[in-house]
Amino acid sequence: MMNSQFDGRLGRRDLLRLLGAGGVAAGTGLMLPKQGQAATQIAGKGAKIVIAGAGAAGLSMASRLAQRLDGATITIIDGRKAHYYQPGFTLVAGGIKSKDYVTSTTAEYLPKSVSWIEEAVAEFDPEGNKVVTASGKAVPYDYLVVATGMKLDYAAIEGMDMNRIGQDGLGSIYASPDAAHATWGAMSKFVEAGGVGLFGRPNTEMKCAGAPLKYTFITEDRLRRAGNRGKAEIVYAANNKALFSVPIVAEKVRMLFKDRGVKTHYDHVQTGIDLGRKVAIYNTPNGPTEIKYDFINVIPPMRAPDAVRNSSLRWQEGGFAADGWMEVDKATLRHKRFANVFGVGDIAGVPKGKTAASVKWQVPVAADHLVADIAGTKSDAVYNGYTSCPLITQLGRAMLVEFDYNNDLVPSFPGVVAPLEELWITWVMKTMALKPTYLTMLRGQA
Amino acid sequence: MKDLDPFVFLMVFQEMLGPVLWILVALALFGLIGFAVVFLREGKMDSRRLVRSELIGVVGGVAALVLAAKFTVSGFTDAGGPVDWLLVGLIWGVGLAGTTILAYAVQGLLPCRRCG
Repeated sequence: MMNSQFDGRLGRRDLLRLLGAGGVAAGTGLMLPKQGQAATQIAGKGAKIVIAGAGAAGLSMASRLAQRLDGATITIIDGRKAHYYQPGFTLVAGGIKSKDYVTSTTAEYLPKSVSWIEEAVAEFDPEGNKVVTASGKAVPYDYLVVATGMKLDYAAIEGMDMNRIGQDGLGSIYASPDAAHATWGAMSKFVEAGGVGLFGRPNTEMKCAGAPLKYTFITEDRLRRAGNRGKAEIVYAANNKALFSVPIVAEKVRMLFKDRGVKTHYDHVQTGIDLGRKVAIYNTPNGPTEIKYDFINVIPPMRAPDAVRNSSLRWQEGGFAADGWMEVDKATLRHKRFANVFGVGDIAGVPKGKTAASVKWQVPVAADHLVADIAGTKSDAVYNGYTSCPLITQLGRAMLVEFDYNNDLVPSFPGVVAPLEELWITWVMKTMALKPTYLTMLRGQA
Repeated sequence: MKDLDPFVFLMVFQEMLGPVLWILVALALFGLIGFAVVFLREGKMDSRRLVRSELIGVVGGVAALVLAAKFTVSGFTDAGGPVDWLLVGLIWGVGLAGTTILAYAVQGLLPCRRCG
């Protein structure tokens, strides 16, 4: 035998240490707390629950209620067969993921016990406790969950033609997976040719307010990597006086824009576009103004769908009234005037977040209150406005920005993943870990 | 991103690695079982073989980083803060440990006299 006692001891110790390192790596994920486990089933008492909308919020709610209630009749109403993983749209438009990455079907996430009416909701009648579908079918309910999402109001931008997305430098990532993919085509051409890249956001509530910023950063980095940054000017036209609604994040973005040479305009609200002349038209405090572009990412105003906007579910006054968002209590997501109605996801007229992360934390709260109503008990579940925005700042790095109703940063991994630091680990989370997390949310498993 | 349970954790790795995940799991199982068999059969650790395995392990650590770069469409060169360097270290460490165990098992199982 060649091994001395010394060699053997050292080797064993080394090996044990190495095994330990592997154990820590596996442990960090496994030891994190499991959240949102299905509680024990309670009797549904034949309650008729209708969920309007089968997007992220509607499907998560359906899965959660199906798990928690035994003997309730749950019906979901939505005309769309395809399911879109919307947090991936920016990645598709940035050339990071393919179109297939964001497309699946509603059917694959729907619990067996939930029945699906494949039609759009045309009318809400909360006074009569029923909804009416596009074909005129009335569906009565004991409890209603509104999860219709929102309407992309492209018609509000004069001169906009959705059919031309992808042509002549016109991009718009929100319309559909195809539009996101076509936008990537237009952006690729811009990256080669250079010119003016024009970005911005609408003057309404919107899905993931970080997305317009992410897309600006991604385009800037694409230009830099192609060696064409010098051939291009990047312009960001903010709708108001800030780049983000959370002040500390807005300041960070301002500094990053300065670092990356992004020219910023404030108080620019886009009202139109001339696709022939390649000019975007804005309202500003000094009157209308035009900005020429070679590539533009058009983000339309976002409002409540007509069915909600035209119903008594909408806010009657205040900041959320004009666009028809639903009047819900921001802590419980329960309608302020119709106690058997809840609003979750984009449609909820609450101060923060129209993101998948908001859905993830809203749905369990609303579900808990609804189940408690059926059981005849009370729930003390509260939604604090938590939302999350993994803000990509270049290919390979992102900032994990998480905040609540108070504009407080609420980091998930305090002291480990710094919220305002551009990190690779956050990029890996955004591009790899979020979709599996999202899918488990749809299935009510997380 | 407030929570990750084992199931989500598995799905994240499947998303990242695709079929390669199962090849890595198979290799890890083979390595662990092989290592146990060799250790039980011999009743002790062979230090020459272990040192040799650790040298191979260093290469395995580098390979793990290359894999991570490929599958995250980025790489350790994008590391921007302390937690990133910790992650780079962890990936390298896991690659090193895994390859070391695997190499030790393979050498112990192969009918090769010079392999220790």
